[in-house]
Amino acid sequence: MTNFPYIPSTEDDKQQMLKTIGVNSFEELLIDVPKKHLQPTLNLKEALSEQELTEFFQLLSNNNFSSKTITSYMGGGAYNHYIPSTVKAMIQRGEFLTSYTPYQPEASQGTLQVGFEFQSMIAQLFDMEVCNAGMYDGPTALAEAALMACRIKRNNNVIIHESVSEKTLDVLRSYSKWQDINLFRYNDVNLQDDNEYGCLLVQSPNYIGEIEDVEKLAEEIHNRNGLIIQHTYPISLGMLKPPGQLNVDISTAEGQPLGVPVSFGGPFIGILTCKKEFIRQLPGRIIGQTVDKNNKISYALTLQTREQHIRRESATSNICTSTQLIGLMVAVYLATMGPEGIKSIAETCYHRAHYFAEKLNNIEGLTLISDNFFNEFVIESEIDLSKINKILQENNIEGGIDISDKKSKKILFAVTELNSPEIINKTINILGGEND
Amino acid sequence: MINKEMPLLMDQSKKGRKAIKLPELGVEKSELPNSKFLRKDISLPEVGQLDLIRYFTNLSSLNYSIDTNFYPLGSCTMKYNPKINEQIASMPGFAASHPNQNDEKVQGNLRLMFELQEELGEITGLPGVSLAPLAGAQGEYAGLLIAREYHKKNNQNNRNIALIPDSAHGTNPASASMAGLQAVTIKTTNEGDIDLDDLKDKVNENVCVLMLTLPSTLGLFEPNILEITKVIHDNGGLVYADGANLNALLGVTKFGDLGIDICHSNLHKTFSTPHGGGGPGSGPVMVAKYLESFLPYPHIKKEGNEYKQYKPENTVGRLNGFYGSFGILVRAYAYIRSLGKAGLKEISESAIINANYIQEKLKNDYKLTSSRYCMHETVLSASQQKEDGVKAIDIAKKLLDEGFHAPTMYFPLIVDEALMIEPTESESKETIDRFIDAMIMISELSKSNPKEIIDAPVNLPVERLDEAQAARNPVLIWAKK
Repeated sequence: MTNFPYIPSTEDDKQQMLKTIGVNSFEELLIDVPKKHLQPTLNLKEALSEQELTEFFQLLSNNNFSSKTITSYMGGGAYNHYIPSTVKAMIQRGEFLTSYTPYQPEASQGTLQVGFEFQSMIAQLFDMEVCNAGMYDGPTALAEAALMACRIKRNNNVIIHESVSEKTLDVLRSYSKWQDINLFRYNDVNLQDDNEYGCLLVQSPNYIGEIEDVEKLAEEIHNRNGLIIQHTYPISLGMLKPPGQLNVDISTAEGQPLGVPVSFGGPFIGILTCKKEFIRQLPGRIIGQTVDKNNKISYALTLQTREQHIRRESATSNICTSTQLIGLMVAVYLATMGPEGIKSIAETCYHRAHYFAEKLNNIEGLTLISDNFFNEFVIESEIDLSKINKILQENNIEGGIDISDKKSKKILFAVTELNSPEIINKTINILGGEND
Repeated sequence: MINKEMPLLMDQSKKGRKAIKLPELGVEKSELPNSKFLRKDISLPEVGQLDLIRYFTNLSSLNYSIDTNFYPLGSCTMKYNPKINEQIASMPGFAASHPNQNDEKVQGNLRLMFELQEELGEITGLPGVSLAPLAGAQGEYAGLLIAREYHKKNNQNNRNIALIPDSAHGTNPASASMAGLQAVTIKTTNEGDIDLDDLKDKVNENVCVLMLTLPSTLGLFEPNILEITKVIHDNGGLVYADGANLNALLGVTKFGDLGIDICHSNLHKTFSTPHGGGGPGSGPVMVAKYLESFLPYPHIKKEGNEYKQYKPENTVGRLNGFYGSFGILVRAYAYIRSLGKAGLKEISESAIINANYIQEKLKNDYKLTSSRYCMHETVLSASQQKEDGVKAIDIAKKLLDEGFHAPTMYFPLIVDEALMIEPTESESKETIDRFIDAMIMISELSKSNPKEIIDAPVNLPVERLDEAQAARNPVLIWAKK
């Protein structure tokens, strides 16, 4: 008999196999393992049945506020958007879920064609010439884009615009620390001088939702021979001018808003797009179209000479995932939305956010300090934030993010299509305001 | 399987078709931003919902996967991915929890992460655990950052060399470069063990770390492991173990007991989280107690009955936007809890027996790289078949025709015509026997009718691809015909 549903070998199977191998016991196979460190005690918990397992995890899950939240205004790098049934249905396909990197293209055309669709649709959304098959998440995509720009320009000076979130910047610090990369703040450098820079990083809409003048920044850095890298919020591109129309050289984004649950911060997908002239410096997996020997259109991993398994220490990166399953979610999401859908979602986010912001601004003690924002805005408060949070929490509403500084108390709110007009009005009422 | 070409969505697109109905705006419109910021048009496919579902469903059927085929891809540990874990990860309390919420609102998540840290620490014997790395390669990178910061703190910033065996996975030297380390290659024997003389020759006061894969990429346990870790430690360096092959070691031995200071583990290998066609992964990094303060942040600790995130004192920094691949952590922890200590031990035992059984049954038909017992995988060479004009890649393609995913080919690089086979514990003896029969059949066919192998595959949606053309003239996105 066998005790574990995931291990089919019976005692009899094992004995037969050991006999074929020519040993009497399993331990004889471990002859190279140092005797005194062989088979140590494992101080671990005992096995749970499937039912007990579900109950245990249900308990943990219920211990999160999210299990009872009716709406959330939390953003700051991860956003709650509606996930269509089509997305949920497709990621359950075991043929996608349980396959691996398409090293054998003949047996992986499904994964490969989906990846090609991902690259195509992202390139269209961003209006950029090329796109790789996916990075880990938004911040790592931006960090790798900065390293990529330094390689292209053979210049390790990176300028960071104030629009980039501190968290993202922390990731860039961890990625660049040992590579002799010099990080400068935009406000500390003078782009009118004669110094040359590798690149300028800008985030638009920025970390507090404001739309930046990326085109102007692109011109400034291009005059200093550097590249412009725009980090963006992909949903906003349903409404805002895409990086490809802003003279942007490399554009990155957190792909999560495109059909992926917030799931406590991961797994997400990093989007990395660029101008075609830079593809040899792109990190990560890239899928290309080709033909098989009968001239049938087919797909394969390509330009692999950039990658670690061939180039080793000279590779463009150590990354060897494309976060493919999340790429599938994004591809199904964009195909489900289509051009009208993505436009509609973007506009809904924009107008509901502005509606909510105005109503909050009318509440005594609250002031809207954002101006040219997409769907995320900052409210300055004279009211104690813990009071606001408490009353929202009592109503099972997740408020915004506390971004107070020494000078003032501030909250960052994000609004998406999941915040219905009724819920928004209810929230306003709860906070003592008036709705339409 | 579908054998017709499936046109891309843009080629199926028709203006006006929709796959979803969206809610009305429901509020008054506000003033728009300056028109210089606004987009004019967007090009994306327009398809109906059924056509969309049919398209992606049919595409999925073109794949081999664990759910449909035996997938003995060496070094990738293609084990069964339990369905219950998917169900658990999608529980709303997990899937809808936001990474910017305060600790008190996500106690369930933090407890889960804390307990997973504890279990991984116990399994590897390295109690400082960070769940932040998003993949094995990021785990490696985190490990190297820890080694660098540790030496820096001890005023030994001169230590800028990573010793890496020639049999190592390509990510090892690539990660070393990212950490600003110079990769120095250590020779290995024909069986992939570290050449001790070469190691002693190259170890010096500038060595930061030795990167070692255990079991080795040849699927063998390094017999001199205790001497190797001693040589490095005596010289003030650290030993990093690539945990890609951890599936062989559960309950067999612990990295920490062997003198290893840092390791990573691929949760998508040993701990059954789905590979997803190439990610998302998760690659926690584990360290000895004295290195705990260098772990990436956020790290999770328990104070009384509360779970909290914090920033370790000498942290190497932040590796990604939030906490790591949380959804993957949920699945891995569910897997560990469903097996418990007895089950985890059983995994390695069964995986090792299966691999040795395959090695024994194929030793007359394929050249073995070693006569020793292997661990969880075996590396064969197709050098004999090559004499008849049949290469490793041809054998791989023929296996696809027979309904098996191919083994890993041409890795490790030190083995001629390598075929690396990892059956895992998930497969029954009957499945393994069918695979063995197919391998023997192919070996016989290589003598009687090699052309049939070289022409393979013929039973799949496409035949061999012109991969050179794909690279020479890259077509990377859809274009209007």
